[in-house]
Amino acid sequence: MRARTARTLLGALAIVIALVWVFPVYWMVNSSLLPNVTLQSFVPTFVPLGGSFENFASALADGEFFAALGMSVSITLIAVFFCIIFAFLGAVAISRFRFRGRTSFIIAVLVVQMLPAEGLFIAQYKMVAGAHLLDSVIGVSIIYIAAVVPFTIWMLRGFVAGVPADLEEAAMVDGLSRFGAFMRITFPLLAPGLVASGVYAFLQAWNEFTVALVLLPSESVQTLPLWLRGFVQASATRATDWGQVMAASTLVAVPVIVFFLIVQGRLTSGLVSGAVKG
Amino acid sequence: MTATVDRRRTNRAPYLLLIPAVGILLVGMGYPLIWQVVTSLQEYGLKQQFGQPAPFVLFDNYVELATDAQFWTVVAKSIAFCLVTAVITLAVGVLFALLMNAVGRAPRIILQIALLLAWSMPVVAAMTVWIWLFDRRRGAVNYLLDMIPGVDINRFNWLETPTTFFIVASVIVIWMSVPFVAFSSFAGLTQVSDEVLEAAALDGANGRQRFFGIILPMIKPVIAIVFLLQIIWDLRVFTQITMLQDAGSKSSEFDLLGTYIYKLGTKSQDFGMASAVSILVLAITILLSWFYIRSLLKEDES
Repeated sequence: MRARTARTLLGALAIVIALVWVFPVYWMVNSSLLPNVTLQSFVPTFVPLGGSFENFASALADGEFFAALGMSVSITLIAVFFCIIFAFLGAVAISRFRFRGRTSFIIAVLVVQMLPAEGLFIAQYKMVAGAHLLDSVIGVSIIYIAAVVPFTIWMLRGFVAGVPADLEEAAMVDGLSRFGAFMRITFPLLAPGLVASGVYAFLQAWNEFTVALVLLPSESVQTLPLWLRGFVQASATRATDWGQVMAASTLVAVPVIVFFLIVQGRLTSGLVSGAVKG
Repeated sequence: MTATVDRRRTNRAPYLLLIPAVGILLVGMGYPLIWQVVTSLQEYGLKQQFGQPAPFVLFDNYVELATDAQFWTVVAKSIAFCLVTAVITLAVGVLFALLMNAVGRAPRIILQIALLLAWSMPVVAAMTVWIWLFDRRRGAVNYLLDMIPGVDINRFNWLETPTTFFIVASVIVIWMSVPFVAFSSFAGLTQVSDEVLEAAALDGANGRQRFFGIILPMIKPVIAIVFLLQIIWDLRVFTQITMLQDAGSKSSEFDLLGTYIYKLGTKSQDFGMASAVSILVLAITILLSWFYIRSLLKEDES
């Protein structure tokens, strides 16, 4: 009986914590639906009764949103595509072969993950400017791929190692070539790993702020995070129009949240097997 | 895979497979890193930006930094911020994981969805919401705190003094990072077998003994890695600080290492000094995470 009461109490505690934790997300959506007059009140409105999508309309009327969306989509697609290919090949190399320089490569991969973007941005700026790639999709993409490849190699390595090489050898005994055996046996088993690392790369590229800030100096060329920050700053010169700012934040956040909720199971298992398993 | 594999191909194949990854890493990270190291040994100020040759000054930039009290203040603040935030994140995350493990299905799913929503918020969007929540006059935080009897916090400006500014930053970073810790620890906890725990309970182990004797050792590898990742991330926190500065004050009192380097590089245009700071940050990060690298390498060999 005592154990049951304790369980109920803990359950209630979990729900209270859940409500506290989700509050900022709720508050963003709530405020985005309320007119600014209501938000100017000193008493917050906790339920958006009589709310409207006007704030969204005004935020979207700022034509730069769609330009930034296009920029974000192109950079993310390029980064994810190349990142997955490069990381996949790299992961196969380090988990299927023992070769000279392997340990050095692994150390390099681990150390690169720790390089703070803020610690390299001057050099990256000089380099990208030197190649006349500032304000371009390619300039930012190159840096994103390099930043994300190490972790995705590390994630995929766990998956590749998880498929026993014996399976491939058995297929080779049955007459398949080494490449054929790999493609027919191992590759399909790697699909969850590829999805997980693709999602990781997507989230990194889509949300990245610092590199974009440095490598996209023109105000007319922005990714969504830069657009949102600019939107907030522009709004702050007057009394901040929180309704519009929250609508803009919702526009940037909701696609990521929806996507994340769909794929999160795979992402978590991928992160865990990449980080924990051998 | 030893006997059946053609030796000649084994020798060449891994190098071919690594070419794209190594190539992009050299371009995107390697070259900038080397440039940064070289520049940190040069005088690279405004004149050099306009084409003057950059003279080598060896360790002058580092010496200047090492004798600059402001730099050490920023370093100390960053490390303190990083450790406090990472420790609280870890403690809260593990407690949440234990809670998920202890409650029934419905509360667990509700808590998990709430954490997932927080986890998936893009950082720039999350920052705008938090700044709105902490708004001096119309923010929900001040309003709710004000309702507590005896607390008079109306119009309190959180972003005005460094201490409250960093408390807000820490709260936000913890809010964003706890879900990752909670889910990773929860995944670790599901590996702990119920039978072992029941056997221990039958042998008379109480809850605390079971936690420290059985559960904690089993999830220790997960916790170690998650903690070190937190340290790496919290040391280089940039977006959060920048956006809080947008909303409050850009004064140097509110800088951590990330924003400090950024300002050196963009405002004062002193690339030499900024590079030297970057290299020091890299060194600090690697020092703090060396244990992590070693444990991962060991695991890889086994």
